[in-house]
Amino acid sequence: MMKRFDIRYHLREGFRSIFTHSFMSFAAVCMIVACLLIMGSFSLVAINMDHNLQQLEKENEFLAYIDETYTEEQARALQSQLEAVPNVASATFISRQDALEKYKEEQGNNELFNDLPPTVLRDRFSIHVHNIEQMKPTVLRVEEVPGVVNISVELEVAQGVVTLRNMATAIAGVLIIILLLVSLFIISNTIRLATFYRRDEIAIMKMCGATNWFIRGPFIVEGLLLGLIGAMAAFGLQWGVYTAIVRVVIETEGTQLLDILPFGQMALSVFGVFSGTGLVIGVGGSLLAIRKFLQV
Amino acid sequence: MIRLIDVQQEYDNGTKALKGVSLRIDDGDFVFLVGPSGSGKSTIIKLITAEVPPSAGRIMVNGYNLNTIRPSQVAHMRRTLGVIFQDFRLIEKKTVRENLTFAMKAVGASNRAIRERIPYVLKLVGLEKKGDRYPTEISGGEQQRVAIARALVNNPSMIIADEPTGNLDPQRSLEIMMLLERINELGTTMMVVTHERELVDQFGKRVIAIENGRVISDETGGYYRHDETI
Repeated sequence: MMKRFDIRYHLREGFRSIFTHSFMSFAAVCMIVACLLIMGSFSLVAINMDHNLQQLEKENEFLAYIDETYTEEQARALQSQLEAVPNVASATFISRQDALEKYKEEQGNNELFNDLPPTVLRDRFSIHVHNIEQMKPTVLRVEEVPGVVNISVELEVAQGVVTLRNMATAIAGVLIIILLLVSLFIISNTIRLATFYRRDEIAIMKMCGATNWFIRGPFIVEGLLLGLIGAMAAFGLQWGVYTAIVRVVIETEGTQLLDILPFGQMALSVFGVFSGTGLVIGVGGSLLAIRKFLQV
Repeated sequence: MIRLIDVQQEYDNGTKALKGVSLRIDDGDFVFLVGPSGSGKSTIIKLITAEVPPSAGRIMVNGYNLNTIRPSQVAHMRRTLGVIFQDFRLIEKKTVRENLTFAMKAVGASNRAIRERIPYVLKLVGLEKKGDRYPTEISGGEQQRVAIARALVNNPSMIIADEPTGNLDPQRSLEIMMLLERINELGTTMMVVTHERELVDQFGKRVIAIENGRVISDETGGYYRHDETI
């Protein structure tokens, strides 16, 4: 009587194989942990950077000054036209009076400015955009709105923020790809060692008529277990390291302004990504190692 | 049944191992395959077990056409064959019983089938009391019996023995050949590749002689008995 698939056999053999060459298994797990930890740390830094940049984006605004011959009512009426410009998130009207009050406040309510009439200033709109990368074309479109006579914008700041974020994303992306390849190579070599260690058994299995998938089974289980063990260990370490770093950042003078996300808020995502990556590295490395070895 | 029709085999390095071999081994036959080193005997085994595809010609093994066989079918074809080697190829870290269990597990046999089959096969090869021994704890002749048991355990229709007595003394060799003859009498087709002239003539079976990649003789009742050089 034949059984179609004996999962217990594959699990037992895969598990046993880990301990048969325990040193290599330990090395493979350590490398997976190291790679996931580096990958995770860069990703968490990138996520926090993106989060802070998003905050910065929200605060990023430019001012559109309205022709001084317009009455306040005429100026206010431009709001709908300004908000209709693509990429404009909001246009908030600031009257001459309000602008003057704010100006005086900024000057420390200096008596020199007490007699200054509001007419020296223009009505204006404070404009927020959705996408900071589209700041320049948005400014150009706003300038075209009739009644807008001048724009005050710090394009260099906006551009700098965008460049910084893009660079961080690119560096993290490249590092992640490199580390994934390194992990894949290491686990592949571990499994290759396991196949070499069991080459006689494999030859006998093939001779007896075992299918290739039957032979692959224990190696795939081994890779999967190594990947999973590495992922779990990396997750625990990542949690500890991140929490420790956050504590240091919070306590350090000058960095309190940074808005650091708590690990708990990202724990599920980190767990999912680590487990998924560990499994992909483990199973992928196994398949890579036994691909040539098991050709009929 | 095995049929080779005008089979040629040329390796990548240009060596022509077989130059048009045709032979037929029917179910239940006992055949010796003899010939000097480099004559093409091992190539015939590799072709029959589908380790290498033929360069030309047709090969049929137990109902499988090896010229058109799909890779996924090769394992199933091999289950119809049992192979025995000169160097036994046992797993030293497994006991005799575990070696047989391993061979049955490899083809997905159930625990019940394993429990029923292994004692029968061990008894057949005369090792019923040595199931718990490790290969290093038994003699060379007994190790070869384990290898025979392993070849038999999945109930193949044919056994291919590649120099099965090459590592044994004359008495053990005779015992092994007698065991193979008995297994053949129970219905398993037997192909024995050997250099042992005395044994070949002693058993008086069909002998296919290969030389320089060609079949030079195929007759029953000994082969070397006319050879004056012995």
